[in-house]
Amino acid sequence: MTIHTPTTEAQACAVVKSVIGSATPLSIRGGGTRAGLGRPAQAASTISSAGLSGITLYEPAEMVIAARAGTPLALVQETLADRGQMLPFEPMDHRALFGSEGEPTIGAIAACNISGPRRVNAGAARDSLIGVRLINGRGEMIKSGGRVMKNVTGLDLVKLVSGSHGTLGFLTEVTFRVLPKPAAIATLQWRGLSDVQGVALLSQALGSPFEPMAAAHLPAGLAGDEALTLLRLENFPDSIEYRAGELALLLGEYGVPDRLEGEHSAGLWRDVRDATFFAGTNEAVWRLSLKPTDGPKAATAIGRMLPGARWFYDWGGGLVWLAMPVDGDAAAVRTALKPLGGHATLVRAPDAVRAAVDVFQPLAEPLMRVTAGIKKSFDPDGIFEPGRMYAGI
Amino acid sequence: MSAIAFPTPDAGILARREQILAGLSALVSPGALITSDDERRPYETDALTAYRRMPLAVVLPSTTEEVAAVLRYCGDQGVPVIPRGSGTSLSGGAIPQEDAVVIGVSKMSRILEIDYANRVARVQAGVTNLAVTGAVSAEGFFYAPDPSSQLACSIGGNIGMNSGGAHCLKYGVTTNNVLGVKMVMLDGSIVEIGGGHLDSPGYDLLGLMNGSEGQLGIITEATVRILRSAEGARPVLFGFPTSEQAGAAVAAIIGAGIIPVAMEFMDKPAIEICEAFAKAGYPMDCGALLIIEVEGSDDEMDAQLARIVAIAREHGVTTVKESKSAMEAAAIWKGRKSAFGATGRIADYICMDGTIPTGQLPYVLKRMDEIVKGYGLRVANVFHAGDGNLHPLILYNCNDPVEAQKAEDAGMDILKLCVEVGGCLTGEHGVGIEKRDLMTFQFNPEDLAQQMRVRAVFDERWLLNPAKVFPLEGRVAA
Repeated sequence: MTIHTPTTEAQACAVVKSVIGSATPLSIRGGGTRAGLGRPAQAASTISSAGLSGITLYEPAEMVIAARAGTPLALVQETLADRGQMLPFEPMDHRALFGSEGEPTIGAIAACNISGPRRVNAGAARDSLIGVRLINGRGEMIKSGGRVMKNVTGLDLVKLVSGSHGTLGFLTEVTFRVLPKPAAIATLQWRGLSDVQGVALLSQALGSPFEPMAAAHLPAGLAGDEALTLLRLENFPDSIEYRAGELALLLGEYGVPDRLEGEHSAGLWRDVRDATFFAGTNEAVWRLSLKPTDGPKAATAIGRMLPGARWFYDWGGGLVWLAMPVDGDAAAVRTALKPLGGHATLVRAPDAVRAAVDVFQPLAEPLMRVTAGIKKSFDPDGIFEPGRMYAGI
Repeated sequence: MSAIAFPTPDAGILARREQILAGLSALVSPGALITSDDERRPYETDALTAYRRMPLAVVLPSTTEEVAAVLRYCGDQGVPVIPRGSGTSLSGGAIPQEDAVVIGVSKMSRILEIDYANRVARVQAGVTNLAVTGAVSAEGFFYAPDPSSQLACSIGGNIGMNSGGAHCLKYGVTTNNVLGVKMVMLDGSIVEIGGGHLDSPGYDLLGLMNGSEGQLGIITEATVRILRSAEGARPVLFGFPTSEQAGAAVAAIIGAGIIPVAMEFMDKPAIEICEAFAKAGYPMDCGALLIIEVEGSDDEMDAQLARIVAIAREHGVTTVKESKSAMEAAAIWKGRKSAFGATGRIADYICMDGTIPTGQLPYVLKRMDEIVKGYGLRVANVFHAGDGNLHPLILYNCNDPVEAQKAEDAGMDILKLCVEVGGCLTGEHGVGIEKRDLMTFQFNPEDLAQQMRVRAVFDERWLLNPAKVFPLEGRVAA
């Protein structure tokens, strides 16, 4: 297997041009920590972003950072932290869940639209991604967006590329808007609530003026014997003081919350972000995105069909992380979702399972046609990551 | 003005007008089809009134199914279609052409569902921006994007243009606040993208639809995020001797980790125009004004303002004026939001919409002044300072064709300047016809061809809003 490691955009264009027509598709590799996402790759050779590394633009006063696709995420985060800033969307680290090694790259964050608990309030990676440069399947260098956060010039190809899992092109550079790091962080924790109560609490809090930046519910057995319902506040210390008090008052019917700070708070949210509760097992792991109040309905329905299933809620209930026996019936997940709306993605399962099951939610026929058309418009010969998202695309 | 070209109308379509009208009338309820000259005239143009074309017909459907029937018919007949919301586009996004049918969504103006627990509202595309907030404000919620035209502009149009507003520094633009759409494709198929949940599966078609300027399909319904309003909000006026000092204060506030909900900038000519109109109490002895809005409880606002005032003092602020009542707060915003209308009272103007990296602000302000003076004209500047989205208003007399042409040329020079310093042609108004022929300054041929190939997936015959966004020459079908 060939691994191409271009160090310039021109070299990357040449690599792509060299395989056009040769029937040797390319799989795209960043740090390799999320290679398990999507359907199993079917490419004979690989193009790596390892040779395209480094921050190319950072203007703290403009809240913008640009980096070559292979830049380690950690370097981006450290660079931002040095100036008191951060990526707004708290990207998940998949290493615990996949048991993978290596350094996550900033390119993969864009390509796979990787977000975390902050997504519920601050938007997904795609909401902060304001510019991309990529090489399409014709070997052409394409740019979309730029370095300013308000930009409606032409079709927003940035959004299309974000979350396309490499199927539309090879990213060479990405530009994100960033935010100041909060001056202080505190977590409020309620104990012993049912799923329905927990999500109701989260909904009420997210619909309050006190701006929780993250909202999760962990049923009993995941992080200790009791269920935990968590709200995270990020603000200046005086505001956190005030808002924590107001929230405790507003949510008085659920009991008196504990207040967590420092590593205790950060560690819990890291576990929520990375779904570490499901690390190291051989369960199949799904992500369900639905209306928050439908979260417990879907989880309960699936739990009835698949005894042994475990789950927890992020995004105020709107994201259900679900682990189930790997030989469990995958169709049960989507059946449970059907009357509720929303969608389900199979995140972790052996290759054979991910090849046999629809990893991403199947689309309505006209949208599948559009999807195939968009793939062809970027990559007419099907060079990049064939079948990664949908069979034949 | 006649600098922007329109495609030559298709003589075959014009010749078949009666037959096409008969076909359309069979598809929609009586009253939905507008054919007379008088009734069609309001649809000749939008807010870019210097350009106008009489459309073949106007259809105002009441249901998604009617939209689907009309779109399928037009597709079958090869008749161009111009989607229209409320017709408030400043870039000519809804201006028709003689051989096209306008499909307006103004009759589809119902709020379908409000779900406070899940913080979403489902609305028809013709609902006005402000009506969404109006429907949820009693419960303390609001819809965040707030373009200045929010009293009139529609949600469908907002999605088409990915509209912004004064408060997007904190809350984002339309694309960050729309979770789902129902839309009709050119072949008449009705599809739903997204819904009440976050992050649609597959390619981000929802993101693609936002800002697609009616070129991919017609949106008939949207599911939007509604947010709980802060406990209070307080706009404060900061007067600075110079634009440079105001710009430096903006950078320093952000650098200190403070993101006010809005930071609006006005230069001296804009202050004078707006104050004369709105009597907002703007200080008249300063070279530049910032309206900075903070949110939260009274104590929180006091604390945040104290931080901001301290920074402003380091940058030479000469006036700090807090709104002491809801009326004063409203007057401060009235002055800013009526900037375009107030300008229209003293002169004709064209409003530009480029975005620049905020670090380039002093240079760009100076260059813009030189450019406009070079044409013998005047400029007033209002803009969203936190995100670098400029709205220079170039004043001219529209009865003087030479001056009108100069104004348009000056505007184009300013937009090129925005691109040169690393910004873009349009931050929130859209490309429309206005900036169509400048696209080659921002994008190279490969970039544009890739966009056009994506467009062709939805409409390979260029029937949907065809004269917009992309230069008329060199169009790519697939």
